[in-house]
Amino acid sequence: MRKGPSAFNIASVVVGLAFLYAPIVILVVYSFNASRLVTVWGGFSTRWYVALFQDAQMLDAIWVTLRVGALSATLATVVAAFAAVALVRAGRFRGRTVLAGGIYATLVMPEVILGLSLLLLFVSVGLPRGFWTVTLSHATLTLAYATVVIQARLASFDRSLEEAAQDLGCPPWKAFALVTLPGIAPAVAAAWMLAFTLSLDDLVIASFASGPGATTLPMRLYSQVRLGVDPKINAVSTLLIGLVATGVIAAYLAQQHQRRRGAR
Amino acid sequence: MRRERSALAAILPFLWLAIFFAFPFLLVAKLSLSDAALAMPPYAPRIDWSQGLAGVQAFLAGLDGETYARLTQDRLYLDAYLSSLRLAATGTLILLLIGYPIAYGISRCPPRLRQALVMAVILPFWTSFLIRIYAWIAILKPAGLLNVVLAKLGLPAVDILNTETAVLLGLVYAYLPFMVLPLYAVLDRQDETLIEAAQDLGATPISAFWRVTFPISLPGAAAGALLCFIPMAGEFVIPDLLGGSDTLMLGKVIWTEFFANRDWPAASAVAIVLLATLTIPILLFERQQAKVLR
Repeated sequence: MRKGPSAFNIASVVVGLAFLYAPIVILVVYSFNASRLVTVWGGFSTRWYVALFQDAQMLDAIWVTLRVGALSATLATVVAAFAAVALVRAGRFRGRTVLAGGIYATLVMPEVILGLSLLLLFVSVGLPRGFWTVTLSHATLTLAYATVVIQARLASFDRSLEEAAQDLGCPPWKAFALVTLPGIAPAVAAAWMLAFTLSLDDLVIASFASGPGATTLPMRLYSQVRLGVDPKINAVSTLLIGLVATGVIAAYLAQQHQRRRGAR
Repeated sequence: MRRERSALAAILPFLWLAIFFAFPFLLVAKLSLSDAALAMPPYAPRIDWSQGLAGVQAFLAGLDGETYARLTQDRLYLDAYLSSLRLAATGTLILLLIGYPIAYGISRCPPRLRQALVMAVILPFWTSFLIRIYAWIAILKPAGLLNVVLAKLGLPAVDILNTETAVLLGLVYAYLPFMVLPLYAVLDRQDETLIEAAQDLGATPISAFWRVTFPISLPGAAAGALLCFIPMAGEFVIPDLLGGSDTLMLGKVIWTEFFANRDWPAASAVAIVLLATLTIPILLFERQQAKVLR
């Protein structure tokens, strides 16, 4: 039997979580501060949210970011599903090491290097920089994360169901689509969500790959942050944190629910 | 037969990686051998396809290692290189020291609580990196929250924004989940009966930890360290926002060369040097992941 946590164990977890969450909590609290100053609490106010929704440039950037995120996440998830099938199902085919290596390399590659190399690609083929170049770049950035998520689920998925379908005369691709795909759907959804949030978040690669008319939210935030602390940034950050936290917690609960149903 | 057909699924990801990952690196390598020029795009030579093979030959003759020679002559690049590695190594060490107790603490909790705690560690990773670093500016700046708290406690004010200390703090803060999760993964899988056996044989809890748990957790520590060290060495946002003008890191140098100085060959050469340096840790990381996958 596992012994319970000691006082030291509890203290390290509590302090660790406090360290992770304190800056985020402070950021959210001060988005409702009536005063412009960070250190002075001027009472509760939603004026920065009002100001945010009157800032056309910011709203435009949010819209661009959401479109880039949705499209690049979809691209990445599709390619990642193929990669996961090859890595999990194909055994030791030639090139497996190269494929796995390439995928893990994008996972740890510093973003500046990835951004610079993608920009050079777009320049060399003469693709004008803008919405599409950012989307393709973000799909490349998030591909590895999506693959890892789908691969993990596919590896633990019971294959005999799909084989049973095939024994009953179902063509392999159809058996995969009708049996396995619904089974791994939560992981595919999780992979999409992860790719989407990573795309929403990325500054470095977007800055390299983007052009006029495709300024994403992180790019706009970055140029504002460099000018100093602005409560409007806190407001937009709070909205973003709320959006992502809701999505992640919902996905987590859905997964728990499914697991409990599966256990029964 | 089924296996071979599954291998066909590799074609699409292969093509994607070839076009958007491998080929662009060749372009970076090529550009690092070119010279900066006042043109758009701002480098020379370029291949003149209209002249056929002669154009390609002229292009190849125009490539040289001049940009790399320039890197060795300017102290700035060497300083940036050394401080990138130093900051990433120091950050990794601090992360190991504070990440380990957190991961160990979580693995000691009851199973239901454990899942929620892992979730709590992952959640900040899902919220914007830029925003989390921005939050630290408001805390660390001279009239920021940290100094307000220190003043209330009667302690002297500190001014650490725009210093290396702030950069280290930012690195540790941003990468903590990447350290805790791999460590937790190995600690959670550990067979509890081993500890009991050690204690039955007379080991104290502390010596049982050092002689049983700790050695078993080393692969997790290695994975976490590599997962943090590699991207930290090329970090741009953290040194740019929390560091001062004297905090040099290669990620920031690449950014400045590219966007401010418009010296694309220099940016490419620095990227190649960074990449060459990170090749060994990247290969180590891949070998480890391959072991995990098997």
